[in-house]
Amino acid sequence: MSATDTHIESVVDVHHDEHHEHEHHEQSFVRKYIFSEDHKVIAKQFLITGIFWAVIGGAFSVIFRLQLGFPEANLEILRPILGGWITEQGKLDQNFYLALVTMHGTIMVFFVLTAGLSGTFSNFLIPLQIGARDMASGFLNMLSYWFFFASSVVMFTSIFLSTGPASGGWVIYPPLSALPKASLGSGLGMTMWLVSMALFIVGSLLGSINYVTTVINMRTRGMSMFRLPLTIWAFFLTAVIGILSFPVLFSAALLLIFDRSFGTSFYLDEIYIDGEALHNTGGSALLFQHLFWFLGHPEVYIVLLPALGITSEVIATNSRKPIFGYTAMVFSMLAITFISFIVWAHHMFVTGMNPFLGSVFMLLTLIIAVPSAVKSFNYITTLWRGNIIFTPGMLFSIGLVSFFISGGVTGIALGNSAIDIQLHDTYFVVAHFHLVMGSASFFGMMAGVYHWFPKMFGRMMDDKLGYVHFWITFIGVYFVFFPMHYIGIAGFPRRYYSWTNFDAFQSYTDLNMLISVAAIITLSAQFIFMFNFFYSIFYGRLAPLNPWRSNTLEWTTQRLPGHGNWEGKIPTVYRWPYDYSKPNATEDFIPQHIPLSQTPESNLEHEKAMIEAELEMIEEEKHSTHHHGH
Amino acid sequence: MTGLLITAGTILTIALFALVYRILALVDIAKGAHEKRVGYSNTVNAVMFILFFIVGFGAFFWYSGKAEYLPAPSSEHGVITDNLFWITTAVITVAFVLTHVLLFFFPYMFRFREDRRAYWYPDNMKLELLWTVIPGIVMAVLVITGLIEWTKITAPAPENAVQLEIVGKQFNWMVRYPGKDNKLGKHDFTKIDGTNQLGMDFATDKANFDDFVPREIHIPKGKPVKLNIRARDVLHSVYMPHFRVKMDAVPGMPTTFWFTPTKTTAEMRRDLKNEKFNYEMACTEICGNSHFAMRMVIVVDEPEEFNKWVTEQEPWAKQNKDYITGLKLKDVNLAEILK
Repeated sequence: MSATDTHIESVVDVHHDEHHEHEHHEQSFVRKYIFSEDHKVIAKQFLITGIFWAVIGGAFSVIFRLQLGFPEANLEILRPILGGWITEQGKLDQNFYLALVTMHGTIMVFFVLTAGLSGTFSNFLIPLQIGARDMASGFLNMLSYWFFFASSVVMFTSIFLSTGPASGGWVIYPPLSALPKASLGSGLGMTMWLVSMALFIVGSLLGSINYVTTVINMRTRGMSMFRLPLTIWAFFLTAVIGILSFPVLFSAALLLIFDRSFGTSFYLDEIYIDGEALHNTGGSALLFQHLFWFLGHPEVYIVLLPALGITSEVIATNSRKPIFGYTAMVFSMLAITFISFIVWAHHMFVTGMNPFLGSVFMLLTLIIAVPSAVKSFNYITTLWRGNIIFTPGMLFSIGLVSFFISGGVTGIALGNSAIDIQLHDTYFVVAHFHLVMGSASFFGMMAGVYHWFPKMFGRMMDDKLGYVHFWITFIGVYFVFFPMHYIGIAGFPRRYYSWTNFDAFQSYTDLNMLISVAAIITLSAQFIFMFNFFYSIFYGRLAPLNPWRSNTLEWTTQRLPGHGNWEGKIPTVYRWPYDYSKPNATEDFIPQHIPLSQTPESNLEHEKAMIEAELEMIEEEKHSTHHHGH
Repeated sequence: MTGLLITAGTILTIALFALVYRILALVDIAKGAHEKRVGYSNTVNAVMFILFFIVGFGAFFWYSGKAEYLPAPSSEHGVITDNLFWITTAVITVAFVLTHVLLFFFPYMFRFREDRRAYWYPDNMKLELLWTVIPGIVMAVLVITGLIEWTKITAPAPENAVQLEIVGKQFNWMVRYPGKDNKLGKHDFTKIDGTNQLGMDFATDKANFDDFVPREIHIPKGKPVKLNIRARDVLHSVYMPHFRVKMDAVPGMPTTFWFTPTKTTAEMRRDLKNEKFNYEMACTEICGNSHFAMRMVIVVDEPEEFNKWVTEQEPWAKQNKDYITGLKLKDVNLAEILK
């Protein structure tokens, strides 16, 4: 947009700028790329680590899908990788099967979709979109990544233990997880899982505190809360949820560590195992479940909200239309944030919890469907009468909305405690959360990567490869998870190594095979993405300053913004971020930093009244800048 | 050797891929494809959504018609919860299809055209209210029907219910019936050993002496059955798919579930034309490496058959006289109890 270089922008605080450049050059390689305090570098660290984990988590799922889809197959070919976990008969070891399921869940939920998604985009976008030089505390931000890194190292190491990593399911319910005798993975693997998660939580909290502080305190002039892009609202609320819920998981884990290592009985009562009655009495296994799901359920929204935020931004930009119902979107996110804390026990309808409590949680659970429905309708209405450009980011965003709906509606069945009696812990649940939480969030992450890659690396990713990646993944995901509904309705339980013991679960070998083949194809398609990603970092076409003709502030920086983000002064914000295709405007977008006084042709009635105040502000600012400069 | 071949093959494939990609990219640049704001791909992608919609929903309805589900529920509450499930499924399928019609057709209808500008439509309070209230009402109706049924299912079992105890352990189920006195004897986990697997506490509760421990579960048709569930080591979960029954077994915290079976095993065999049919119980809470193998057969009898079966069972104490004698209980007349 050529008309953008306003007078304000050209006023550059020279002294300040030089100082910045100076600092920049002095940084050693280690400080700049490894122990960096720059939010953009930290974001990339989270992203690359997240991709690394996604490959491992995805590979794990394919290995156990081989077992489920082809139970008769000889897996001798995997021996070079899995070693002793392939039995003499060429089968996958039963213990290792459970370890794979557990680690797949842990890795995907925490390391990919929490750290990889929220860590990447909250870090990258918060300062850039609110107009801040960096996070409130660069140091804490750096610590946040390195705690995550340490946590990753511990978790990664646990995969190579001779007894295998944790294998009690990602929910690690005690007593199974508390008693090393109960399962191979409940030994050192479980200890390392707990240590890793403790570190992870510390990292997550440091990050979240930083995000909240930054959004509250460091917004540029004119950036009121209701002018924030929905991405920022999403990251902000995600961080709030994280701050309030992760400490509870921390205490749950801590008490479990005590039970495991120091002989306490928080979760243990009346246990006889391995020929021995344990001394532990008076604990409650359900206590752990309550504590776990007090994080576990909000965690769903911790992974989902950032994806929804990204989608809002990408859909609006590429529909060339304002997001429909901005205020409704903000309030539905606020509602989701609040309600996400009071629905946790719907994971526990048939755990022996008091049925009356079940009734209450059922009511609350189905309430949360309402703001979620509102969000979906708003996305669809945003598409209506748009002028839609299918960038890969846009495709992934539409895919997200599709998964959010198809996975979300089955939540209405599962949230109904009477229906949940039969469906609980069957493949219906697996289908539900993989679509609504797993795939939707993953697609949000992909949309984010494609959309902000030009700002992250100053180069473009290849569109065509992006399209191929999208279509294979989109179709593949539906082929993997949609059939699981049928398998779940037929009653197949989760976390089963094989169903051949039961007459009731003899059917669907064909469908299971189909799922496994689709999973392999879908995982393979991710290598197209990885090629595109790493190739484009180095050899991609140089990115224009504002490739998607977007309104938000990050596109007013240089092609590759340096430390401090803006060369000169931070731009002031004069409007909301969704002035797309405004009637009578010369272009189909008006960035946030363009004053209303420069767009008299397109101002709405209420905006005309604001011009006077705005001019005064500009005048005042000009004055103060000069004053400061001298 | 195979490893080497695989590695070489992978490297070659990647190299080939990179080469083809590079050529295509250069061709693109030569054609100046990137100078246009929106290329031909935009239409292709828009059409793909329509194709995906038609093929996807075609497959969905086709397969839903022919898929094999579980046989109709064999319990009273199961019929109702299944109905609730299918009603809910119908409602959400309508929502799913309608939203997807819009979600996949809008991209095609409103794909980018240079000569058109998007319609400025930032909000509409009435619409927002509409689609807050409608899902709200639908949700309320579903919740209330579910709530009523849930309350009935979880209400205390009728007085006359047939009592039995199910105990989960790694990796099998055990069942115990109360015997003639119709009372399950007290248990104590410290009394468990290789013989007394259930930890029946004979010293404090004589009601244990007539309890019997069969190899499979028998329950009578048409009578309420109350499951008293516990676990010995880790969490397990009683799951009887044909009866739509599920309840966790928790060490230290007894749980219960009651239901009324409506079809005998024989009737099911006849209806399904499967002589080998058996009702089964499985475990649905991950409990260790043989979690998937915790199977137990359930037999539903006509009430008379069931009563006959009960009288035929020998108390556990009688089967394990040596164990009982070894307890050296003082105030108990063993001869009389075990006769």
